[in-house]
Amino acid sequence: MNDTVHSEKPMTMTQKILAAKAGLKAVEAGQLIEAKLDLMLGNDVTAPPAIGEFERLGCAHVFDPEKVALVPDHFTPNKDIKTAEQTLKMRQFARAQNVAHYFEVGQMGIEHALLPEQGLVTAGDCIIGADSHTCTYGAVGAFATGVGSTDLACAMATGTTWFKVPSAIRVELSGTPRGWVSGKDVVLHLIGKIGVDGARYKSLEFAGAGVGELSMDERFTIANMAIEAGGKNGIFPVDERTRAYLAYVGAKEPVVYAQDSGAFYDDIVRIDLGTVPLTVSLPHLPSNTRAIEEVEGMPIDQVVIGSCTNGRISDLRVAAQILKGRKVANGLRCIIFPATQRIYLEALREGLIETFIEAGAVVSTPTCGPCLGGHMGILAKGERAVSTTNRNFVGRMGHTQSEVILAGPAVAAASAVAGKLAAPEKVSDAVPDRTWLYRMEF
Amino acid sequence: MHENENQQGKSGQRSVSAKPGTQILRGTVHKYGDNVDTDVIIPARYLTTSDPAELAAHCMEDIDREFLKKVKSGDIMVAGENFGCGSSREHAPLAIKAAGISCVIAASFARIFYRNAINIGLAILESPEAARALSDGDEVAVDFESGEIQSIKDGSIWKAQPFPPFIREIIEAGGLVEATKRRLAARQRDDRAEAGQAEESQGEAHQADAYHAKANQAEALRSAAQTKDAV
Repeated sequence: MNDTVHSEKPMTMTQKILAAKAGLKAVEAGQLIEAKLDLMLGNDVTAPPAIGEFERLGCAHVFDPEKVALVPDHFTPNKDIKTAEQTLKMRQFARAQNVAHYFEVGQMGIEHALLPEQGLVTAGDCIIGADSHTCTYGAVGAFATGVGSTDLACAMATGTTWFKVPSAIRVELSGTPRGWVSGKDVVLHLIGKIGVDGARYKSLEFAGAGVGELSMDERFTIANMAIEAGGKNGIFPVDERTRAYLAYVGAKEPVVYAQDSGAFYDDIVRIDLGTVPLTVSLPHLPSNTRAIEEVEGMPIDQVVIGSCTNGRISDLRVAAQILKGRKVANGLRCIIFPATQRIYLEALREGLIETFIEAGAVVSTPTCGPCLGGHMGILAKGERAVSTTNRNFVGRMGHTQSEVILAGPAVAAASAVAGKLAAPEKVSDAVPDRTWLYRMEF
Repeated sequence: MHENENQQGKSGQRSVSAKPGTQILRGTVHKYGDNVDTDVIIPARYLTTSDPAELAAHCMEDIDREFLKKVKSGDIMVAGENFGCGSSREHAPLAIKAAGISCVIAASFARIFYRNAINIGLAILESPEAARALSDGDEVAVDFESGEIQSIKDGSIWKAQPFPPFIREIIEAGGLVEATKRRLAARQRDDRAEAGQAEESQGEAHQADAYHAKANQAEALRSAAQTKDAV
C-alpha cells in the first residue's frame, strides 16, 4: 500500500490510531498509553453503575456532553420495576448532564446499530463503550473497544482512558462469498479457526481484496464479533464504500489510517471468502462451528433474527426473501427484531414486515432482550433456538439447560420454515442478489 | 513530613503503606475450567441491579449450584484459560468479590474482565502453572505483592506474572476511581499552581507550593483511609 521507508517502527492500523490519540509519534505493542476519546457509550445495564462511580469521583460535570452516548436498549421497553428504575437513573443523569446523545425509547435502537446509523462514529475515531460489542465500529475504520462501568465513569470525567497497545492478527480476505453466505458465516468461520481466545488482547485487522466484496452491513457483523475471538478490537481498512456510507449517514469527516507496510503481525490468517460455507456454531461456544450440511435436521423450538450482530436492513431482506410466501413451521416461534427504529421503518416501507407477519413471525420493537436472555423470547429447559445473535454460552437465552445455535439470517430464516436446522437451499430456490440484499451501494 | 511525602508519592511512583496488595491472602480453592464466561458468573437475568450483595447471591449459579454454599470469605477461585470471557458487565467481578473471593488465579483472563477486576479492586493473578496444578479444595496462600502462590498441602510455589507499574498504581490506590480522583486533584493543583505563578511573585509561589504539599498530605491521608475501607 505504502512502500516508503519508515524511520519509526512500522505500526498496525490500530496502533496508528492509538498513537495519534495519545499524542505520540509512534507506539508499540505492550506500551501503556493514555488516549483521548472521541465517543463513550453506556446502556441501561452498564451506565447506572458508571453513574454511581462518576458521583463517587466528586466530579460535577461530564468532560464533554457531546461525546457521551447513552442508550436504553437491554431491558427496554422496561420489563419490570427494577429495570425501569435503572433506566430512570440513566435518563435523569442524561438530562442533568445535558448528554447530547441520549436516545429515548421511541428513538432508540440497539446501540451498535444505532450509533453508526446516527453518524456518531467515523474513521480514525477512538471509542470506548461499556458493552463488549463496542468493537462493532471497527467496521468504519475506528478503534473501538468494550470496557466496564468504572472505565466509563472515569472517562466521562476526564475524556481519556488508558490502553495497553495491542499486537495484532492480520486477517487476509480474498475471493467473493457464494450463494447465501454472508458476513456472519465469515466471522463464525474465523472464530472456529482461531478459537474464542485466539485474538485475546489483540486486534483483528482485516485486509486484502476480499474486503471490497463485503458490504458495510457485513463488515459491522464481522467487527461486532471480534470480541467472540477474545479480540480487543476488529478493524477494517477504509475504502470508497466506507466513505460513501459515512457520507450517507452524515458522519464527521473520516481520518484515514492504514497499516504501515512491514508492520508486525503475530499471525496472518488467510480466508478465501469463496470457500467459506454457510456456518453455524453449536452450543456452548461461538468457536464450536460446523458447516450447515454437517448438522442439518437438528430439532429446534425458536428462531431469533436480529441483534447488534444481524439486525440491520440487509439481514431483514435476506430473511424476508426466504420467508416470502412461506410459513413458519407449526410449533415453532420465530421472533424478528429490527435493530433500530430507522431499520424498522425501512423494513416496513419495503414490505418486509408484512412478509414476516404473514409468515407467522413475531416482529418486535428494537431491544437486546432475547440475545442476552433478558426478556422477549426466553427459552425453557430443554429448548433449542437458532439465533443470529452473537453468544451461545450456557444459559445465554434462558434456562441453563436450553441451547443456542448461532447462524446467519439465511440459515435462521430457512430453519424457521423447515422447523429444524436447515440450509436455505432446502426451502427456497431464490438466487441471492448480493447487490440489493447487502446494500452494496455503500 | 518526609514520610508523608513518600506516601503521597509524586505521580504515585512510590508505594503507599495501606495498599491491599501487601496482605497474604489465604483460602480454599474453588476450581473451574476454561472459558468461564460472564453469563455463568452472573446471568443477565440478575442484571436488574448493580448491588454487589444482590449480585453475589447468584454468583456462579449457572455453572456451580454449590458454590454459594461452599464459599467462605477469603477463598480463592482458580480457573483455566480465558476466564471472564463474554460481556463487559462489571457485575461479574463485583459478584465474585462480594461473594467473598479474595483472589482469582487463572491461566489467562479475557481482557475486559481483567480490566474490570483491576478497576474495582478484585485481586487477580495469571499463572498457567498454578491454574493447572491446583485442585478444588486445596489450601493456598497468595502473596499479591510478589505474585507468589503457595500450596499449603505440599509447599509448591508458583510465581505469577507481576503487574506493570501503571496497573499497580491503580490497585494501590484502591481501584480506578481513587486513582482518577488523585489525578483530577493533581490536575487542579497544577492549574492552580500555573495561575498562581502567573500572578504571584517567586516568593509567594514558594508559599503556594508549601500549601499544595499540605493539600497533598491531606489527600494522601484520605486515600489511605479509603483504601483501608476498600480492603
